[in-house]
Amino acid sequence: MSKIIEFQNVSKSYGQLQVLKNLNMHVEAGEKLALIGPSGSGKTTILRILMTLETINSGHVLVEDDYLWHQRVNDDLVPASEKHLRKMRQNVGMVFQQFNLFPHLTAIENIVQPQVLIKEVDKPDAMNKARELLALVGLEDKEQHYPHQLSGGQQQRVAIARALAMDPKIMLFDEVTSALDPELVEEVLNVLRMLAETSDTTMLTVTHEMNFARDFADRVLFFEKGQIVESGPPEEIFKNPKEERTRNFLRQIIGELS
Amino acid sequence: MEWSWQVALDVLPQMAQGLVITIEATFIGAILAYALGLMLAILRMSKSRAISLTTYWVSEFIRRTPLLVQLYFLFYVLPDLGLFLSPLAAGILGLGLHFSTYTSEVFRAGIENVPHGQWEAAKSLNYKPYQTMRYVILPQAIPPMIPPLANYLITMFKETPLLSAITVVELFNAANIYSNSHYKYLEPMTLVGAFFLIVSIPSAYIAMRLEKKYQRRGGGSV
Repeated sequence: MSKIIEFQNVSKSYGQLQVLKNLNMHVEAGEKLALIGPSGSGKTTILRILMTLETINSGHVLVEDDYLWHQRVNDDLVPASEKHLRKMRQNVGMVFQQFNLFPHLTAIENIVQPQVLIKEVDKPDAMNKARELLALVGLEDKEQHYPHQLSGGQQQRVAIARALAMDPKIMLFDEVTSALDPELVEEVLNVLRMLAETSDTTMLTVTHEMNFARDFADRVLFFEKGQIVESGPPEEIFKNPKEERTRNFLRQIIGELS
Repeated sequence: MEWSWQVALDVLPQMAQGLVITIEATFIGAILAYALGLMLAILRMSKSRAISLTTYWVSEFIRRTPLLVQLYFLFYVLPDLGLFLSPLAAGILGLGLHFSTYTSEVFRAGIENVPHGQWEAAKSLNYKPYQTMRYVILPQAIPPMIPPLANYLITMFKETPLLSAITVVELFNAANIYSNSHYKYLEPMTLVGAFFLIVSIPSAYIAMRLEKKYQRRGGGSV
């Protein structure tokens, strides 16, 4: 396996608030990662940095051995140009907590438009691909529905299909069930479980659903205050955490559930 | 003073010609106001502070000075600088420029009301800035803008008599010319008012209907 993502001493602050502190981490190609931890611990920021929605203050991020926020110009590392960022962005797709479907487009148009505009796929091919993906997420009968005609769970599945249609090498899922009514959570998580099993795309998910994290992930990272406290396979983190802070967090989460 | 139908009938043909000019000035002026307004709004939202602030001050300057003065400037001062405009062209340009500073606020508010997540979704799909605007933001921003933009159209229509100051023979000026040469003011001016009412009232009604329609449709998305 090869490294697809690498964070080298990455720090990120919002004003006075430091959300990432000299973070070092890497992700192997094809790995399924779950990022867990209290809110404000920097998990979401990691995804947003990878999606180029947030800049970094110091350190380096590499995706596919290429600098994400920097580029080489005559042996010097300079801040990345918009052109470089656009190139790097092709590698990554993201699904948001709030779905962020385009409300003026139908489900299938949401999936077709980016393919046609950005990947310059012919419309009929884009339609075929959109239909395949809608079937994959169990929504083949909803293609002509507008987002507001769909439940939250259905909207989120369309959003997953839309991101997949761009063939990213890395998929980011940012608390994708946090905005959903409880009874709609499982239909979305099941799609993600299925993707984790069948796809060799690298996937990072930020989640508060511990059962799901266990099924989904090859490796779980526990974050606190902008740093990785503990990292390991789910059996280890959930059954036998080494760190006191991990234990406390898990106890709290499970306490809330029962 | 007594109403004379003879005078009214006498002035009517000239006023009809004036009405055509008024409508022309209103619509072309409005198209200009919308196009320039959208440009101003986009420039105002620029990440560059220099561009954004310059746009802000230019807009403020235009908005805080009277349209009449601007019309005089365009028609009587610009020729000194070598730019000659016909009265109607200067009038349309003045109207469009002046009202673009108002419509730009409508565009800006409409664009800023589109949820931030829409910009992020477009970025995550790698849309270029132009594609984001054209395919994601504007299609959502424009429907709620239609009622206020329609209201500015009506306002512009009512401001067209100012064009008479730079010799445009629009509806009011057509009547005024007749009045001044025949010393008859009652009938022509009553007719001017009536013409404006006949157009304004149904337009205002349509604008109100638009407002209701687009309010109902609002909030369709999360």
